[in-house]
Amino acid sequence: MHQEREPAVVIDGLRKTYGEKVAVDEISLNVYEGEIFGILGPNGAGKSTTVESIAGLRVGDRGRIRVHGIDPWTDRAAVTEVLGVQLQEAKLQPKITVQEALELWSAFYPDPEPWSPLAERLGLGDHLQQRFEDLSGGQQQRLSIALALIGRPRVVVLDELTTGLDPRARREVWDLVRDVRERGVTVILVTHSMEEAQTLCDRIAIVDSGRIRALDTPAGLIDAGTAATITTFDTSAAIDLVSLRELDGVTAARSENGTVTVEGAEGVALAVIEALRTQGVAPQRLRIAAGSLDAAYLDLTETHQEATR
Amino acid sequence: MTSPTAAVIRTESRLFARERLSLFWIVLFPSLLLGVLGLIPSFREESADLGGRSLIDLYVPVTVLLSMIMASIMTMPATLTGYRESGILRRLGTTPARPSSILLGQVLVHAAAVAASSVIVVLLGRVAFGTPLPGSIAGYAVAYVLALLVSLGIGAAITAASPNAKTGQVVGMVAFFPCMFTAGVYFPVEVFGGTVRDVISLTPYGAASNALNDATGGSFPELVDLAVMGGWAVVLYLIAVRIFRWE
Repeated sequence: MHQEREPAVVIDGLRKTYGEKVAVDEISLNVYEGEIFGILGPNGAGKSTTVESIAGLRVGDRGRIRVHGIDPWTDRAAVTEVLGVQLQEAKLQPKITVQEALELWSAFYPDPEPWSPLAERLGLGDHLQQRFEDLSGGQQQRLSIALALIGRPRVVVLDELTTGLDPRARREVWDLVRDVRERGVTVILVTHSMEEAQTLCDRIAIVDSGRIRALDTPAGLIDAGTAATITTFDTSAAIDLVSLRELDGVTAARSENGTVTVEGAEGVALAVIEALRTQGVAPQRLRIAAGSLDAAYLDLTETHQEATR
Repeated sequence: MTSPTAAVIRTESRLFARERLSLFWIVLFPSLLLGVLGLIPSFREESADLGGRSLIDLYVPVTVLLSMIMASIMTMPATLTGYRESGILRRLGTTPARPSSILLGQVLVHAAAVAASSVIVVLLGRVAFGTPLPGSIAGYAVAYVLALLVSLGIGAAITAASPNAKTGQVVGMVAFFPCMFTAGVYFPVEVFGGTVRDVISLTPYGAASNALNDATGGSFPELVDLAVMGGWAVVLYLIAVRIFRWE
């Protein structure tokens, strides 16, 4: 379905090195209009370098980037008109008030969004006279998002937007991101939070050591992982874990305080129940759950680490 | 005035007005120092050694330079290294505003504060201690502009050479005392003679001090002093531009 839409952002063979260190190693991907695209990976994986290259703050050693047809490396000024950016840990002048920041950013764009309703919607309406240095982390983050949106961008990059926020503020920011997408803005979300990527993103690129390890929908990534389903049950009887591990598709089986957990591909649950019946074990509190992105992510990033070790 | 650059400059002036400490050191402290020194009777006595001027007359141009030192060495590099460290410059680079506009804004607000301070100092000297106003207006203007340019050049070089705000403070402190000394804050450079005087005259503030004194006395500053300031300014800006990093 994505292929029918226009790509908002095209990255083609991006490579960027800092001296000896390869930060981004041949990354290629398309982000389509109106999607929330996640770039997920551990710290130092090359996520920030990638988005900074999209914003034109860095120029790749090789490759090509287009944002709605604009080359950010040669025409940074034009890119700033279609791309809103919230950078990781970028602050504002300590003594600038919320309102001053919103007004300042409004002056940057030819047709800015009225800042007052935007501030209201971001929960900043009561803090307009407060200085940046006096805002909480969550408020600073929301102001930063407001500034990224004020120029009516077609694409917005949000880099580590919920880092350091409490769970409630996180949920608020997530609602906001969905809101932004509803308005037709393409969102590129950079995160190292699995939960965030799984909750928000239509598609996710898992990046590690400067390369894309996998690119799929969250469900697709989970299914491809070694723990697509997780079966757990309680039992007081002795369990033969070895025989469970030998079942087709099972990747892990462990027992802890009478609770047994079996991870594996789809269909493993039925095989486990079958095996328990043969062993004459009656499982209690039997649960079958879809695997999380965590497991898929760890698979993809860890196997690679072992391979390069 | 709706261009991004104008908006940035306007915001920076508004923010600068909130920096009470910076305003104190740049605008108030020099005239405060002049006022206190002027209370000492011997400072007000005209002396034949000083060409019929009093010590306080010599301190008027010195306190003008003092406010330049405060602005360009103490407060401006601290602000700019702070901006860079906290990602403000980087963030501006993702908007249609150029990050250089914030540098321009800082230079302008500091220059304005220095100018205000200089007017106060010169008027205070005239009204309270009878120090004559600059005799050569054109000479004073040239010397003043060059002194301000070389000061901001020192500030720019400190900003560029400091990877973070902490280092900026240390480098600033190291540069601060020689600048204060050569500008004549501790004692006017006029009291020195011979080689020491010649060496001081080769420093940015030594030359600035000579030039401002000449212009105050009514003659056009000596070209060598103007050349020393101009030379320093060119070298400092070249260094600053070469090593400055946006992040």
